[in-house]
Amino acid sequence: MNSEGLFVAFCTILDKEVGRFLRIWAQTIVPPAVSMALYFMIFGHLIGPRIGEMGGFTYMQFIAPGLIMMSIINNAYANVVSSFFGAKFQKHLEEMLVAPIPNWIILAGYVGGGVARGLAVGLVVSGIALLFTHLHVRHFLVVIAVVLLTSVLFSLAGLINAIYARKFDDISIIPTFVLTPLIYLGGVFYSINLLPDFWQAVSRANPVLYMVNAFRYGLLGTSDVDVTMALLVITAFVVALTAFALLLLERGTGIKT
Amino acid sequence: MVRPVARPDPSRMINALEIRGLEKTYANGFRALKGIDLHVPNGDFLALLGPNGAGKSTTIGIISSLVRKSAGTVSVFGVDLDQDPQKAKSLLGIVPQELNFSMFETCLDILVHQAGYYGIRRRVALERAERYLMQLGLWEKRNDQSRTLSGGLKRRLMIARALVHEPQMLILDEPTAGVDVELRRSMWSFLLDINNRGTTIVLTTHYLEEAESLCRNIAIIDKGQIIESTSMKSLLAKLNTHTFIMDLDRPYDSLPLVHGYSLHAIDPTTVEVELTKEQDMNELFLKLTESNVRIRSMRNKSNRLEELFIRLVESNKLN
Repeated sequence: MNSEGLFVAFCTILDKEVGRFLRIWAQTIVPPAVSMALYFMIFGHLIGPRIGEMGGFTYMQFIAPGLIMMSIINNAYANVVSSFFGAKFQKHLEEMLVAPIPNWIILAGYVGGGVARGLAVGLVVSGIALLFTHLHVRHFLVVIAVVLLTSVLFSLAGLINAIYARKFDDISIIPTFVLTPLIYLGGVFYSINLLPDFWQAVSRANPVLYMVNAFRYGLLGTSDVDVTMALLVITAFVVALTAFALLLLERGTGIKT
Repeated sequence: MVRPVARPDPSRMINALEIRGLEKTYANGFRALKGIDLHVPNGDFLALLGPNGAGKSTTIGIISSLVRKSAGTVSVFGVDLDQDPQKAKSLLGIVPQELNFSMFETCLDILVHQAGYYGIRRRVALERAERYLMQLGLWEKRNDQSRTLSGGLKRRLMIARALVHEPQMLILDEPTAGVDVELRRSMWSFLLDINNRGTTIVLTTHYLEEAESLCRNIAIIDKGQIIESTSMKSLLAKLNTHTFIMDLDRPYDSLPLVHGYSLHAIDPTTVEVELTKEQDMNELFLKLTESNVRIRSMRNKSNRLEELFIRLVESNKLN
């Protein structure tokens, strides 16, 4: 297939993926918007004033970047894991496997779908955040880079989860027992400076901490970690997961007999 | 339905499909394929027959890159599947045994997306989708979700999808399973038509009448080995005897002894007779008439290919 054909194949997968999550918007866009509105209401509006300032900002302002990032992470992951596993389970993934599409195009198409949903939900949640507080973008390029890299990273993670999954339970185990704890302990609701030294060090092993803080730096100009280091960590994870996902697709792990 | 005569064509010198020493051992140790060789000439209509679990779907799975082979080579129009999988895949259209399209997509979207996976631009894909949906009687259903189609229409949709990139070879794994007679016959006409226009077809089926009506050549696979690979004509010529069922005009208490013919009463009005190629049917009728036995109607006991198929598989079991 020539480069034009590859581009058409990529756009086809992307179009199918975006069409899928838009078609079921009540399941994909609305629930995160509702739950984030509740977070802003309860933690920001009701409890926040009693907590006071954090890092020089109101608590509502402080948690807003973390909640936006949390919705991007969850939705980028959920989109790819459910779509890829669904295609595998219903066997229509075979439509792609019998076609002359290189694995990197399949990967790019699915990741593109995950990024699109992550961005769509991120924008909706940002809109909700603006109903509760003021947000000003301090470092536009950092915001763009962190959002894109994070949504790519968790789309890749979702794809790897779907490749290994054999039953529907397998696609909910990682989000429940790995992703959620990492996000909640990744500095969404607090600054790690509040923790004892030992737990600060433990927190630094959590990759989500770097994403949340880099995004918070982009919006508020404050961060618990060095932003350059954060971008490097996220990029390193993206490179490693891309290589691993391609290896799995090349081997046909979980998708070929 | 008339099987067209194969036309000589210089471009047909190359084999559409060439399989050498193909082996597959599954992770549980089961040897599904034990080194099969198969050659399908360009433009052929080949029946790949075999009992359940013989290795047909595994073979097709390997050709379509969904199953990893343990050993051997597969080439499609001279293109080795290992060396240039993308080129080989672009020449193939696959209609698998199990339904494998998204149940929530419309028929039109399924075809347009499939074309997109082959790098075909949307405008061209829409034209082709319209053409094949019309040819297969699905145009009225183009905007319906595929899950709402009947079983027969779903099978047709799979054929339309496999053709949308206009492959040079179409492989169909039991395409008419569970399809009613009328729909099955219209699918036969369609397949014969595309074969006549140059598409090589490999068909697996359990309807041996289907294979006999459609296919020029035949390969029989059993226990992971090809036990017969020849032309349909020469295979059928091997059948030395035919068994007929005759319906008599009234009940007979006992049948007359007809010298040289083996008659067996199924019930008082039905008789089974086995005739060899050398025996004369007129003579049998004459002798029965002389004995005051009148025949009202007569039919084959079973399809000729079915008889041969069962004999070959049984003999392979004994071996």
